[in-house]
Amino acid sequence: MAIRQCAIYGKGGIGKSTTTQNLVAALAEAGKNVMIIGCDPKADSTRLILHAKAQNSIMEMAAEAGSVEDIELEDVLKVGYGGVRCVESGGPEPGVGCAGRGVITAINFLEEEGAYEEDLDFVFYDVLGDVVCGGFAMPIRENKAQEIYIVVSGEMMAMYAANNISKGICKYAATGSVRLAGLICNSRKCDREDELIIALAEKIGTQMIHFVPRDNVVQQAEIRRMTVIEYNPKCQQADEYRALARKVMDNELFVVPNPCTMDELEDLLMEFGIMDVEDESIIGQKAEEATA
Amino acid sequence: MTIDKSATDALIEEVLDVYPAKAKKDRTKHLASNDTEATKSCVTSNRKSLPGVMTARGCAYAGSKGVVWGPIKDMIHVSHGPVGCGQYSRAGRRNYYTGTTGVNAFGTMNFTSDFQERDIVFGGDKKLASIVDEIETLFPLAQGISIQSECPVGLIGDDIEAVAKTKGKEIGKTIVPVRCEGFRGVSQSLGHHIANDTVRDYVLEGAADKEQKREVGPYDVAIIGDYNIGGDAWSSRILLEQIGLNVVSQWSGDGTLPELENTPSVKLNLIHCYRSMNYISRHMEEKYGIPWMEYNLFGPTKCEESLRKIAAFFDETIQAKAEEVIAEYKKQWEPIVEKYKPRLQGKKVMLYVGGLRPRHVIGAYEDLGMEIVGTGYEFAHNDDYVKTATEVKDATLIYDDVTGFELEKFAEVIKPDLIGAGVKEKYIFQKMGIPFRQMHSWDYSGPYHGFDGFAIFARDMDMTLNNPCWDKLTAPWKKTEDEALAETA
Repeated sequence: MAIRQCAIYGKGGIGKSTTTQNLVAALAEAGKNVMIIGCDPKADSTRLILHAKAQNSIMEMAAEAGSVEDIELEDVLKVGYGGVRCVESGGPEPGVGCAGRGVITAINFLEEEGAYEEDLDFVFYDVLGDVVCGGFAMPIRENKAQEIYIVVSGEMMAMYAANNISKGICKYAATGSVRLAGLICNSRKCDREDELIIALAEKIGTQMIHFVPRDNVVQQAEIRRMTVIEYNPKCQQADEYRALARKVMDNELFVVPNPCTMDELEDLLMEFGIMDVEDESIIGQKAEEATA
Repeated sequence: MTIDKSATDALIEEVLDVYPAKAKKDRTKHLASNDTEATKSCVTSNRKSLPGVMTARGCAYAGSKGVVWGPIKDMIHVSHGPVGCGQYSRAGRRNYYTGTTGVNAFGTMNFTSDFQERDIVFGGDKKLASIVDEIETLFPLAQGISIQSECPVGLIGDDIEAVAKTKGKEIGKTIVPVRCEGFRGVSQSLGHHIANDTVRDYVLEGAADKEQKREVGPYDVAIIGDYNIGGDAWSSRILLEQIGLNVVSQWSGDGTLPELENTPSVKLNLIHCYRSMNYISRHMEEKYGIPWMEYNLFGPTKCEESLRKIAAFFDETIQAKAEEVIAEYKKQWEPIVEKYKPRLQGKKVMLYVGGLRPRHVIGAYEDLGMEIVGTGYEFAHNDDYVKTATEVKDATLIYDDVTGFELEKFAEVIKPDLIGAGVKEKYIFQKMGIPFRQMHSWDYSGPYHGFDGFAIFARDMDMTLNNPCWDKLTAPWKKTEDEALAETA
């Protein structure tokens, strides 16, 4: 069977890396061969699988060695929990250079070096917050990830980001085979969060593939640089990630998204009482003016 | 030959006819017949070239590194980015200089940060800092460094200003960061402007605080916008010195950093290439009250005119000397005209050069009895075309940023006896059987400035035009049908 390549996008801080690693751990537990490719200069996409602070990234190693041609696959490919293969593209510290180019270089390196071995069932790309430039869209270009999962919560900005990412997918879906595969709701315990995300998913033309509840055990596992699956396999939260993994494995709903307009998105928020019915008089009004 | 407006307009119309409507509409604005009375430019200029056409233009990096900064011989100009820009522009412009290359002069060398993937991803600023250290170790006599940005630098946002500031303090030398990324602007013209601005901000600004180490005199002048192609600035400098002026600095052919720094104390800035250095001349006028004057040392008529104009700015001593010099050189150039004019009289010339020569060299051709039947600039602005209007006859064909196709078509119809343009045009026209001279590099000859240069100019035009090889070729439009048929058979 062909390798299923999936990319995880979502607003910064939404829990993409944590969700990805727990999902991957659950897939590994179910006997799947998985590789994670971290596409973020922070290089923190694999720490829970490897029990490491941050693994040596492709771009860091390449900079040390001189060029990317001077490094070997085994220098940068580490195997962690459940045989999960881990790679980090890496990149510059904030404010210098071009992180996007780092992602492109790293993925090209992995392809040339044969990292995409045939025994793999899944490859997951954990991509930095927004698709800010061409480099961060690399994982969804032709012959890379075909399934995009967006991590989202019931908070307005997270939904706004999810909608924007859908727009990005449209652009690449028009010329390639990349499709939106679902929204993963990583709960922030907002009111009627599940209903809201289901409604958003419907509007965009996709599904809420799973609702991951908020649980402190995730935090406890993270402190130990572990996934929940490994730290406490018997807990309820581990079962939630197993359920997510099962749904991903069985997923067949791959769509070209139909992103909402800003107005539609605001209407939706109003419908769920997150935003008040539009009151033009409050726009641009400071707190002191409101109480006056 | 008399040129008439309706014929020129018809020619433009005919040539433009093959373009799609949109391209035709755009290109129409760049082609016109000259009107000597016009106070406005007869063409639109300094606009983006059309995609798909062959343009001879360069980029902002070419304008800064290649034109303005490159010839400053005692500074090291680092091409910051991948290796190609620096290597393919290395030593290509024939800016002559004195000095020992690699010791106290660096004109023909290529210094580059040679970007690799990792420099793009992690930024090139650290490498740039270490390049400064290496330069300081290997070439201690370099007076300063300029950082010439190539395209990627503008994309990844390397903070070259910060590196210049820190390292400049550390080594105690001028380091000039230049944001001349090639994708900026429509041609090399923006690069000239950017480079001028950095001279203002990083050289003149700093120099104002430095103590003047030279004795200031009443006849101090600077040569601005002479790049010493084949020694042009030298043959100009001789004349200025002979009429009693003291040339303090040359911008930037055979120039040095201290010369740039000394310029704010001169009495008059003399500009040869207005296009590339009018910005800094205007700045010095505003800031230091130094007037500037355009001059032209191509051909004896313009030489005499310019020397008198320059002398008129100074006192009678200079004016008297100028007349003496003019009289003296008359003995030199008259025999040249006498020798070459009969061989060149009435020959038609088409020009297509950069930012100054399409109008400046006209006088030199006319001194030899030749006629300009078409001229145009690669990267001029409207003011250049206004200045050109009075230099050529009414209804002369004027073309801005002319495309390869248009220039070929024009040449086919006008059938000039000589075309003067650049290396990109040279071989096309030679293959068409038209005598050709490179007017950027002087075809590896020169100098052409001054009375001395005129002798070489006249000889070069004669040996090109009257070269017996042209009789061995038949231009395609001169071929009879039988000949053409025989060739394809």
